[in-house]
Amino acid sequence: MFSANLVLPIALVYVALLFAVAFVGDRRARAGRVEWLQSPLVYTLSISIYCTSWTFYGAVGSAARGGLEFATIYLGPTLVFAGWWVLLRKLVRIGHLHGITSVADMISSRFGKSAPLAALITLIAVIGVTPYIALQLRAVTTSIEVISSAGPEEALGIAPAAANAHAGFWIAAGMALFTILFGTRNVDAKEQHHGVVAAIALEAVVKLVALLAVGLLVVFGICDGVADSFARAAPGLLHAPEGFGTRWVALIFLSAAAIVCLPREFQITVVENADERHLVTASWLFPLYLFLITLFVLPIAIAGLSVLPQGSNPDMFVLTLPMWAGNDGVALLAFLGGFSSATSMVIVACIALSTMVSNHLVMPLALRFRWVHLNASGEVRRFLLASRRASICALMLLGYLYFHYSGSGEALAAIGLISFAGVAQFLPGLVGGLYWRNANATGALAGLVAGAVLWAYTLFLPSLGAGVVFTPELLRDGPFGLALLRPQALFGVTWLDPLVHALFWSLSANTLLFVLGSLAREPRPIERLQAALFVDVFRTPAEAASGLIRRTAAAEDLRVLAERILGGDETRRFFERAAREQGLEYGRPVANDAFITQLETKLAGSVGAATARAMISEAVVLESIGLDQLMQLADETRRAREHSRQLQEKSGQLEAAAGQLRAANARLQRLDQEKDEFLSQVSHEVRTPMTSIRSYAQVLLETPGLDPDRARRYVRIIHDESVRLTRLLDSTIDLSLLEHGEVPWARAAIDPEAALERAIRSCQGLAGARVRLQSSERARGATVEADEDRLCQVFINLISNAIKYNTNPAPQVTIRSALRGGAYEVEVADNGPGIRAEERDRIFSKFMRGWAYLQTGASGAGLGLAISRQIMRRLGGTLEVVPGDGRGACFRVTLPARAPAAA
Amino acid sequence: MTRVLIAEDDANIVELLSFVLGRDGCAVTAALDGDEALRCLRSAPPDVMILDLMLPKRNGFEVLKAVRSDPALRALPVLVLTAKGQARDRSLVEGIGVDGFLTKPFSNTDVVEAVRRLGRR
Repeated sequence: MFSANLVLPIALVYVALLFAVAFVGDRRARAGRVEWLQSPLVYTLSISIYCTSWTFYGAVGSAARGGLEFATIYLGPTLVFAGWWVLLRKLVRIGHLHGITSVADMISSRFGKSAPLAALITLIAVIGVTPYIALQLRAVTTSIEVISSAGPEEALGIAPAAANAHAGFWIAAGMALFTILFGTRNVDAKEQHHGVVAAIALEAVVKLVALLAVGLLVVFGICDGVADSFARAAPGLLHAPEGFGTRWVALIFLSAAAIVCLPREFQITVVENADERHLVTASWLFPLYLFLITLFVLPIAIAGLSVLPQGSNPDMFVLTLPMWAGNDGVALLAFLGGFSSATSMVIVACIALSTMVSNHLVMPLALRFRWVHLNASGEVRRFLLASRRASICALMLLGYLYFHYSGSGEALAAIGLISFAGVAQFLPGLVGGLYWRNANATGALAGLVAGAVLWAYTLFLPSLGAGVVFTPELLRDGPFGLALLRPQALFGVTWLDPLVHALFWSLSANTLLFVLGSLAREPRPIERLQAALFVDVFRTPAEAASGLIRRTAAAEDLRVLAERILGGDETRRFFERAAREQGLEYGRPVANDAFITQLETKLAGSVGAATARAMISEAVVLESIGLDQLMQLADETRRAREHSRQLQEKSGQLEAAAGQLRAANARLQRLDQEKDEFLSQVSHEVRTPMTSIRSYAQVLLETPGLDPDRARRYVRIIHDESVRLTRLLDSTIDLSLLEHGEVPWARAAIDPEAALERAIRSCQGLAGARVRLQSSERARGATVEADEDRLCQVFINLISNAIKYNTNPAPQVTIRSALRGGAYEVEVADNGPGIRAEERDRIFSKFMRGWAYLQTGASGAGLGLAISRQIMRRLGGTLEVVPGDGRGACFRVTLPARAPAAA
Repeated sequence: MTRVLIAEDDANIVELLSFVLGRDGCAVTAALDGDEALRCLRSAPPDVMILDLMLPKRNGFEVLKAVRSDPALRALPVLVLTAKGQARDRSLVEGIGVDGFLTKPFSNTDVVEAVRRLGRR
């Protein structure tokens, strides 16, 4: 129809257009004009690289073979994007915060920046995606064959057997060139590839328009409208017996997993995302795109089956139908649409995979085996770019080789699904890592290995065909004739579809080992930290958490390191900005922890987190992790435990406080009671003299002719009782002051004997001739620290009590003083009625009078001894009742004495 | 002539009451503590007893209880004098049974009138 000479130039012009768009996009981005390049629309269109040639050609093929089943591949992504809040938002947020460069980087970062994990994921991704790239090559070459075919057999795709290997090679080479030019301009893999994004957005539009055009042509050109186009359907096509069975559920799940795990999807959705809010638009626009692009799949498939000859290749209906209808324009558009869907996938897949390969496979090896010398400025950077470009070429070559040597029998959809199932092995680690705090690298590695091995054994290797790796006997009878291990009927599970079978075994083993491996050991500190940062990404500000690791390094070392990766200009800009942020006008920033973390994130954008961490640690001279804080931050259980411990402690403290309060309350109640009793006592003590004063005064007032003697006597009583009342008030106040001790006393070194002498002298009057006051042994030259007046008051109280309450017919009071054991002692003894044993404890209480008081009726407020004891207490001495010599009472005053003065 | 027994430990008050009541035509005897008061009651029962609650040896409450539980003395009019004057004491003695309650310091007139009232019964 078209000659190859016409098709190829058209394709080349289209490619040139793509180059131009990419170039303009890059130029604009470099000039800082990124407006439309960073719009949610472009973002959503670029996500549509999900729709590869597998969709463009394969969906119709799939529908022609299995009816509605093709829709499952688009339901999964629709669900994921509609529920973007659950998973995608978290992925994108983490991607931004940690400078994530790929799905391998994401998972390895989560599990403590594990390099082996990143390498393994890269390996699986390469193995899984290579057939997918080959698939695109085959679709493009086949489409070229078809559109430029001469004979009707080839045109209808009945015998497209020998796909043009030369065309395939040159297409691969062209895509490699494009990818290298626009995908590896900068070493910073985190940097958005605006040119590429612009080009693939254009391609997204082209493929959608193309498929819609073909659809419209089929429905309204070939068929007689919608109703007619469906009426041609073979019975049973739209009523697949498998409908909504396990295979459907598995396919929906698989496609949902793929939209997250596919390296190219991850690249576009997470790495190239400029603004988290674009997800909101994508959440409805991408499903809408999927809806539109699949809208005419069924009519095209039905029309192809009904109008094209038997044996036509359903995978090429999109192209062969317009050709059959003789509409060259639509046919060419369809060809370009298929070309677009294939190239955009390959380009992005290569960018994503090359980043992974160079960061996670090549760089770690290069660092280990000293292929690059870290001290040569710029060398690492050059090496990184070279390795990335080489990776692109290698990947493309791998795809080409697979395309060249693989059998051409497989349907497009089948290859795509095998690839999906391969990358779906990332799912447990990725999702588990985002939501399960205790997940660790051991679990992730074990799960991945098991999942990948089972995937390869049950799906990938058998798909290569009998005789390539597995012998037909092995496939039929199992290895060594063990039927239980038959690759496509593992453990005797024969009733499942091969894809569902593989998916079931690989993901079950993967998940199980992921969980068991994670439970097998405690997470390491770095894993805890990363777990906290990832799982709690919406709760923990990155800065707060990074502050937990304290590192220092020489700024010069860091600069050298950065220059090697980022280049001189970029490094200088980065360091100058950091210095400005630190408030330093000149020179370089302080290599504090914040700066090191900042630099590590920056470098991670180029070489991935694991490698960046390894490089930085070479420069870091001191690294300490605030383990306690880390645990507290990272381990929810621990935090909960800590919390409950604190609560317990607090409740303990509260209990103690409550106990103290209860005790204080009891004390207050006791004091209150004492106060009441004291007031009651004072009241009583006041009322008694008051009664005499009032009533005698009343008698005097109301009895005019009172006998003068009697009147005088009554006046005397009034006088005496007034004095008693005054004394009582004085004592009460005195005692109150003593008890609450607000007034400081003048304490000085005094001779206690002088105070004693003064007291004896002032009691002579009270004793009179009746009582004999005698002082026997006396201490001489003693010195005590005391207030002399107060001490004298105590002595007077004791001596006057001994006199007043002495009922002995020959009353006598004996006063002794002595220095004994470093203490000055005074004893006042009498031969009165004494103090009964039961009174000894209470005799010093307020208003307590001994029984001797009753014997004598001597006046007294009952406060003297209480006051004296308080005084002695404040002077640092004691006042006590001593048994004495058996008759009468004996009180002893003790005061600590100073060393006897030289006398 | 009303015979009055004063149970009171303060000598001044005993003298005062003796004077005031004697002038009003009472025959006054005094007891200085609770035991003595009970002895006096039993040896020569008065018409009225004036009882201080704060008595040595046996306090006024105990004396009052003894009076009220003694069939011979149960009907004796008792006028309580107290320096405590608290509501608690008042309700305590009223629970046992008293015929008058005066708080120190009192008015002589009140005592005389109370004794007159109780003596007439």
